[in-house]
Amino acid sequence: MSADIDRGGFMEQTDQPARYHVRFTLGQRYLHAVVFSTFIGLALTGLPLRFSHSAWAEGFAHAVGGFAAILFFHKFCGVLLTAAFLIHLGDLFRRGAIKKEKGIFWGPDSLVPRGKDFVDLYRHIRWFFWRGPRPKFDRYAYWEKFDYWAVFWGMAIIGLSGYAMWFAPLAAKIIPGSWLNIALVLHGEEALLAVWFIFVVHFFNTHLRPGSFPMDLVIFTGKERDKEFQEKRPVEYERLRQEGRLEGEMTTVAPARWLKNFGRIVGAAIIVTGFILLVLTLATFFNA
Amino acid sequence: MGANMGWSVVAILLLALGGSVPALAAATAPQNATCLACHGQPGATGPSGRSISVSPSHFAKSVHSSLSCTSCHTSITGYPHPATVQPVQCGTCHSTEASDVTASVHAKVAAVPCLGCHGNPHEIVPATDSSSPVYPLNVPRTCGTCHSNPAMAKQYGLPNVYSMYMDSIHGFALTKEGLLVAASCSSCHGTHKILSHTNPQSRTYRTNIPDTCGTCHEGPKVAYFAGIHGQRLKAGDPRAPTCTDCHTAHHIAQVETVAWQMKTSATCGNCHKQEYVTYLDTFHAQVSALGYTETAHCWNCHGNHDILPPSNPQSTVNPANLVTTCGRCHAGASERFVSYQPHADPRNRQDYPLLWTVTLFMNLLLISVLGFFGIHTVLWFIRSTFSRQSGGRRQP
Repeated sequence: MSADIDRGGFMEQTDQPARYHVRFTLGQRYLHAVVFSTFIGLALTGLPLRFSHSAWAEGFAHAVGGFAAILFFHKFCGVLLTAAFLIHLGDLFRRGAIKKEKGIFWGPDSLVPRGKDFVDLYRHIRWFFWRGPRPKFDRYAYWEKFDYWAVFWGMAIIGLSGYAMWFAPLAAKIIPGSWLNIALVLHGEEALLAVWFIFVVHFFNTHLRPGSFPMDLVIFTGKERDKEFQEKRPVEYERLRQEGRLEGEMTTVAPARWLKNFGRIVGAAIIVTGFILLVLTLATFFNA
Repeated sequence: MGANMGWSVVAILLLALGGSVPALAAATAPQNATCLACHGQPGATGPSGRSISVSPSHFAKSVHSSLSCTSCHTSITGYPHPATVQPVQCGTCHSTEASDVTASVHAKVAAVPCLGCHGNPHEIVPATDSSSPVYPLNVPRTCGTCHSNPAMAKQYGLPNVYSMYMDSIHGFALTKEGLLVAASCSSCHGTHKILSHTNPQSRTYRTNIPDTCGTCHEGPKVAYFAGIHGQRLKAGDPRAPTCTDCHTAHHIAQVETVAWQMKTSATCGNCHKQEYVTYLDTFHAQVSALGYTETAHCWNCHGNHDILPPSNPQSTVNPANLVTTCGRCHAGASERFVSYQPHADPRNRQDYPLLWTVTLFMNLLLISVLGFFGIHTVLWFIRSTFSRQSGGRRQP
């Protein structure tokens, strides 16, 4: 496949086939697919409950077969997302405790925040106001780390409170029954935060911002074009180059066209669904 | 045109009978056959065009067949009789009914109010006859003759109750199932002595309603008077709800229906405002709002007719009974479990400090995260749009 067929956001200047680098493994991409599918499923079936007195919530509930169907699907997605969360934790444990990959807990390849992230945030904001150059980001930029930890914290809070309500009498053996009141507040408010955050901040930062618009396909293909990699994460690019890893096993050819199209269709569907939910929930929230 | 023709028919008939009638008239009151000679003609009309026809066959089958015409039409003593005759006084025989009607809201609806319900006076059959307008299955239609008329409803300030009744469980049982014992209009309002619901004597006066409904619904009536609502009503509390406050008067629905279950918690909320608002915050209410009835509505926990305050040891929501009450839905409910607050108020710091704190924290978290990243997003968008316009594709 030659470069000119491959119309990304970044046209190559040469006739050379574009070079691609692996950013996400197949396992990570599958896990993300499970996370976003179930997230949308949970949002679709959870938001009608959070806004149960709005007309669209009632209409949606009727359309999909009533609350019984909604609850079943909500629990189904919840269990799948829990499984994905546990698989991720298991993977962290395997890489951290068994394979002793120290890099996943600290350093440039880790999602754990470090000093540079705060400096990057400060410089990024200065750049917003034409007060300095754009900061050079490493493998995970500060907003990507925030995305990760927001979802991590969200899944823990929403998951625990959700299971507490699902198995309420059982949960009451551990926690007082009055905490079930708190569980609903935590579940609903954290979910609303998660939904609005993902549908506004994550969608923009990762997909819709100029530079990635209309979407960053790397989470579907796992691969990123050399030039895009260099421009988005120059620090990591330079490090790999110096370590001589830029030419190694992580370098590959362009992703298959079907995979990119698949990513575009699925991604667009998710983004559109997200925006519809965003508009509906915002309208209801500020009308109440 | 039609009136003139009718009148000429009468004139011709009179001429034909001219020989014998005056002779009889002079002697005594006319016999039925004499009257029917004219009035028995189908299509006979008076000078005003009004029908003066009496069907001899129908009259013969009526409850009044043994009476002579002049028993009721007492002002006619001979023939020819004056063109205008006095209205019939049904009360001459039916004195109780007549005085009841005179005292009722229907006293002034017509010169002879009886006919509005009992129909053609010459064809009145027993109320047990299925062709009678006051046969139980026909009562709603009879009353509906006037009470489904929007103009009349407006004139007297009445709701259009006919359609409400027809859609109610009573109307359904009566008209669709032909259930003779189903409540029709007269079951609740009475028959001849229908009084305004504002009259303390009325069967539909607030405090009389439990007894009226209790005519059939004895069980709920006993339970109601055992409960706090009935006790308060009996004690004269004007705020105490009576049957119709929850069930409505005419549009009474089957309590198992989704429609009823969906709207009735709000009915309780008309009086129990704070409890209703806090109920709306709960999962129970959210589920209900989506049209799912297998959740806790007010009555699932508090009972219905025999509702008692929580302080009463018999109450379903007395602390000692909560494990049983909650356990009806939540298998395995324990003492700890029932410390759940079905009416918790996150806005009430005094009574629910932990819930208030968590709610405040979550709101602050939501505002700060979305506020920070919202502004971040907007600034980023502006900046990167500028840099792409002025600096080419991308500017480091």
